[in-house]
Amino acid sequence: MLNSSSEKFEVLLVEDNPGDVRLIVETFKEGRREYNIAVVKDGEEALLYLEKRGPFAAAKRPDIILLDLKLPRKSGLEVLKEAKSRDDLKAIPIIVLTSSSAEDDMTNAYKNHANCYITKPIDLDKFVVTIQSIEDFWFTIIKKSK
Amino acid sequence: MMETIEGTKAVEILLVEDNPADVRLIRETFKDFKIRNNLSVAKDGVEAMAFIKKEGAFFSAPRPDVILMDLNLPKKSGFDVLAEIRQIPELKKIPVVILSTSDSERDILRSYDLHANCFVTKPVGLDEFIKIVMSIENFWLSIVKLPKE
Repeated sequence: MLNSSSEKFEVLLVEDNPGDVRLIVETFKEGRREYNIAVVKDGEEALLYLEKRGPFAAAKRPDIILLDLKLPRKSGLEVLKEAKSRDDLKAIPIIVLTSSSAEDDMTNAYKNHANCYITKPIDLDKFVVTIQSIEDFWFTIIKKSK
Repeated sequence: MMETIEGTKAVEILLVEDNPADVRLIRETFKDFKIRNNLSVAKDGVEAMAFIKKEGAFFSAPRPDVILMDLNLPKKSGFDVLAEIRQIPELKKIPVVILSTSDSERDILRSYDLHANCFVTKPVGLDEFIKIVMSIENFWLSIVKLPKE
């Protein structure tokens, strides 16, 4: 199982905002487990990473993906659709983490099999609490597929 | 963190579980939660589908905001219920949390392949069980945004 504490967890963070990247990476670093966090800044890179193509030939399969929706070149929704329609990728949990609280974005994310949809709080402390909750819930409670 | 819940409408939860002890424990844990919620229980897979589709005795059933479901169920398995829900356009976006005694990689993978939102193994110890139920309610009711109808 992936829950053994000796293992490092692989996280793919798809986020173009450097401030958010920094906050998320730092919160995970202070978390209860050890993580390798790979960061890609747009949707095309995310798919290249998942397909281990181009510069990502040595990429590891993520245990979980944190996905922003508003991304350059290819949107988070497109990445989600693609990943969830592929047999080799669809079991990877995808957490949509976005500044959008638009009803349409949320509905579309769930319809396309996002594992959950979280709106980034504007308040910094709340943002950190949200990231901590994600870390706690998905890495200590949840069983993930290999 | 409470702003994810709009208005005062209670969060509707459907628990699909045949073990009465588990039902009781989950019900009591949810009753104490800070966010108002209404827990309905279906004891097998057939009842679960009738509830979700508002058929027969369940014509006035509320639409669940989130479903907590066991896998080993009488009459119709949790896998079958999950597969059916995911094929119905107006139901496919309801988050389904699998809560099962199973720890097998096959069951975990099959659940995610059928687009379960997450898979939680029931711990054996009582305190651990309550802790896990509290984590589920905290995460799904106060951190996550749940889709509306």
